[in-house]
Amino acid sequence: MPETALPYTLSVGRGSWDRSVARLASSSAVFALLPLGGCSVLDHGMLGAAGPIADQTRSLFLLVCAILVFVAAPVLLLTPIFAWHYRLSNTKSAYRPQWGFNWPLEGLIWIPPTIIVVVLAVFLWRDTHALDPYKPLASRHSPIEVQAVALDWKWLFIYPEEGVASVDELAFPAGRPVCLTLTSGTVMQSFFVPRLAGQIYAMAGMTTQLNLAADAPGRFRGENTQFNGTGFQNQKFAVLAQSDDDYASWIARARAGGRTLDPAAYAVLATRSIQAEPILFGSVAPGLFRSILGQNDPGLHAAHGHHAP
Amino acid sequence: MSEGGHWLTLFGRLNLRAFPFVRAWEDPTVSELIGAFAGALVVVGAFALVALLTWQRWWGRLFRDWLTSLDHKKIGIMYVVLAGVMLSRALVEAVLMRAQQSLAVDAPGIVAPEHFAQLFSTHGTIMIFFMAMPFLTGLINYVVPLQIGARDVAFPLLNSISLMLTAGGAGLVMISLAVGEFSTGGWSGYPPYTGKAFQPGVGPDYWIWAITLASLGTTMSGINIAATVYKKRCPGLHLTRMPLFCWTALCTAILMIFATPPLTLATALLALDRYLDFHVFTNDLGGNMMNYVNLFWLFGHPEVYILILPAFGVFSEVISAFSSKELYGYKSLAVATMAIGVLSFTVWLHHFFTMGQSADVNAVFGIATMTISIPTGVKIYNWIWTMFRGEVRFTAPMLFALAFIVTFVLGGLTGIMLAIPPIDYVVHNTVFLVAHFHNMLIPGLLYGMIAGYLYWFPKAFGFRLSEVWGKIAFGCWVSGFYLAFMPLYVLGLGGMARRSQALFEPDYRPWLLVAVCGAFLLLAGLVSLFVQLWVSVRDRDVNRVPVGDPWDARSLEWSVSAPPPEYNFATIPQVDRLDPFYWRKERGEAYRRPERYDDIVMPRNSWVGPLVGLTATVCAFGLVWHIGWLSILGFLGIWIPVVARSFVRDIHRTIPASEVEATDRRWLDRAHTVQPVPRERETEPANLGLARPFPPQVPV
Repeated sequence: MPETALPYTLSVGRGSWDRSVARLASSSAVFALLPLGGCSVLDHGMLGAAGPIADQTRSLFLLVCAILVFVAAPVLLLTPIFAWHYRLSNTKSAYRPQWGFNWPLEGLIWIPPTIIVVVLAVFLWRDTHALDPYKPLASRHSPIEVQAVALDWKWLFIYPEEGVASVDELAFPAGRPVCLTLTSGTVMQSFFVPRLAGQIYAMAGMTTQLNLAADAPGRFRGENTQFNGTGFQNQKFAVLAQSDDDYASWIARARAGGRTLDPAAYAVLATRSIQAEPILFGSVAPGLFRSILGQNDPGLHAAHGHHAP
Repeated sequence: MSEGGHWLTLFGRLNLRAFPFVRAWEDPTVSELIGAFAGALVVVGAFALVALLTWQRWWGRLFRDWLTSLDHKKIGIMYVVLAGVMLSRALVEAVLMRAQQSLAVDAPGIVAPEHFAQLFSTHGTIMIFFMAMPFLTGLINYVVPLQIGARDVAFPLLNSISLMLTAGGAGLVMISLAVGEFSTGGWSGYPPYTGKAFQPGVGPDYWIWAITLASLGTTMSGINIAATVYKKRCPGLHLTRMPLFCWTALCTAILMIFATPPLTLATALLALDRYLDFHVFTNDLGGNMMNYVNLFWLFGHPEVYILILPAFGVFSEVISAFSSKELYGYKSLAVATMAIGVLSFTVWLHHFFTMGQSADVNAVFGIATMTISIPTGVKIYNWIWTMFRGEVRFTAPMLFALAFIVTFVLGGLTGIMLAIPPIDYVVHNTVFLVAHFHNMLIPGLLYGMIAGYLYWFPKAFGFRLSEVWGKIAFGCWVSGFYLAFMPLYVLGLGGMARRSQALFEPDYRPWLLVAVCGAFLLLAGLVSLFVQLWVSVRDRDVNRVPVGDPWDARSLEWSVSAPPPEYNFATIPQVDRLDPFYWRKERGEAYRRPERYDDIVMPRNSWVGPLVGLTATVCAFGLVWHIGWLSILGFLGIWIPVVARSFVRDIHRTIPASEVEATDRRWLDRAHTVQPVPRERETEPANLGLARPFPPQVPV
């Protein structure tokens, strides 16, 4: 990924040592994955990262894979070696039936795993904060605000700044951060665009947030991953990272369509159905997102989801 | 048709369309026909069983020798039989799901979405609550009293009630195949999806009451096992001299006591939501579904260790026995077990890193999760070092143990990945997660249970299982596992959501085809186990091990005949160190005649357990279908045998010393006359259960 070409940087703060470790890790992990080669299947997920969050996650993933080699290797080597060498039919191997403890060995068993966990914990703490879905992406562009509503079995995206909305089609300009505020008009769902960022739950009466971006124009698959009924498997949506011009014309197309998303139109959308084709709405009733949220206000618990940013 | 109106009618919500046969008649799609076939299998199976019992005149024996028995060994065996039946059903469901997914790439496949959702819900529910739990409870029941030199568990009647409640829950899940439908909310049953607004049918109610019965049974089992380990150990058997399986059983029991009530509570509150319009977990009127998620996983994560720890215990016994060597690091294994038990309560949030908590909270729970991998890793090394300078035999249980070590480590690696929140964000709810927990539970639970079954079967029934079929089963279970689940890791990284009835990404197809082959191999593994049982029962006369120590093992259960007498020990043993039977053999003190025999008092059979199980199931069935009179009748029925029992004085029977002596002498005479067998020939008919002392230490 041409990280330097991006108009924004993530404030992860990696040193050069870090970066070389990550590079080493990625090359070795890629090598390990080679037998799966030609498997374009991996391109559909985080390993085919097309945005800064997924890219960072991939680096972390490969780094962790590299560290874990040291966890797995001794076990995978020692188990067959010991079992075979000390087999009954090998009359040359030693036999010490009453040997069952040794302090130095005990240290060897407890200490290295502890060190590995401490090392991993450092990375975990750092990257959990760096890749917090609530954390706005640092960028010289202002983020696109999108309000996402999970419905059965479709996603509604409201663009409050543009006053348009879409169903099952999330469009935004590539290279510009997107800040999603999510809720659900039905049961809990999980918003996921594998090639761009991690997932976050959408729950009725509450909001959660997700920040993501795409490096370059492209079309990605988005999905709900939390089972929510018989239309679940069809609940996929298109994510369109567009050039600025294309995005402008997408907005224009939505407006030209002339459809209005008012409470009545929302009520139709909210019924359980599989959406065959995306819909664009040229205008949105003001405060619609807030009213959807209010329909399912859990009262005292409404504060959830407001801790960040 | 008002909601409340059902309760007063004769059949509640039950009508003709509840029967899959009627539904298949009206709408004969492949999916409905599969449903009707499964329902028919339950009905025909039940009729065939009744016919067989009547034809062979086994009814009396069934009740007298088994269902009313309070013998911990028989209860243990019944638990394992229940697990075997439920495993068969849930594994067939798994194959059906894998088949569906491999056929349904840009195609409808053979199973409709509604049906598919019931499949993954029953598969998960059965595998956890009605396969894994009965299997491990059965092994613990059978083995622990024998290992600690006790005649029975602390509360034999409670033991029977626990079994029958669990069986009742399993029965409800089976009934749901033939009458009505099952939940589509998965094994975790998250509201609001399982609430009345989204699933008005009986599905979630079946799930709720089946789980409730099972969880009550589990809590009582936990109390029973813990009390047994604490109070029934024979003289000299300090906690630190217990076999490791007893340690894991104790830890599992403690987890059962503390972790199962949150589940009972969660399902009870969900029932209040569904039946009485409470709003505990629905968003209106102040409820919140996040409460359910927390309660469920407060149970759900310790549950993982309830499942895995007993298998760790089995592996400790198996690896030590088949290496003819003391367990390496016994004390650190015990410490690691208890550490895992405590830590298991500190990590539940990692099941929902994606629910929007702050980064601090996620990071803390992520680190806590990784911390568990330290004691777990220690255990792995303890087993490896147990083989060091041993004499390893590759018998079927040992092969399962070796496959476990290697496979479990791979699952542990992906577990560490999932413990890291940012990585979890991108693989949560995908089949990567599915691959991970199968990667933990198939080696970490099922291989352990199978190894335990193969290892202790000769003790329980007096003859060894076929080694050839054991190895065939091993080959199928291990190759099947890798073929079925490694592709899921790849697919999960490719973003494939779990629980998908159909897929729209052609790149997934080859991997799904590999996975379905693996699923069929796993099914072949199960079939091999049944064939093994069949062949072994047929050839039992040449494989008998009456003296009772076929593997030259170390703990007390091997110091008695196979099968053991009802009272386990003619005289209660005295123990002065770890591995007492090994040392007795080493000092030439094994198979000595006791100085005197005493009368032995054992509990009489009781009908309370079967009656409580039956009435509780009837009550639950009435609740599922809103049949008021039936649920009230069932509920009252539970208490009749319980109250009646409190008036029964004559609950024990005495086995006279003379009878004990005669039985014991017969066995000891046998032990003194048969040929001891060397380890090289332990899987041959020459093995009559008397081990030849191992040659002295070979120099390094």
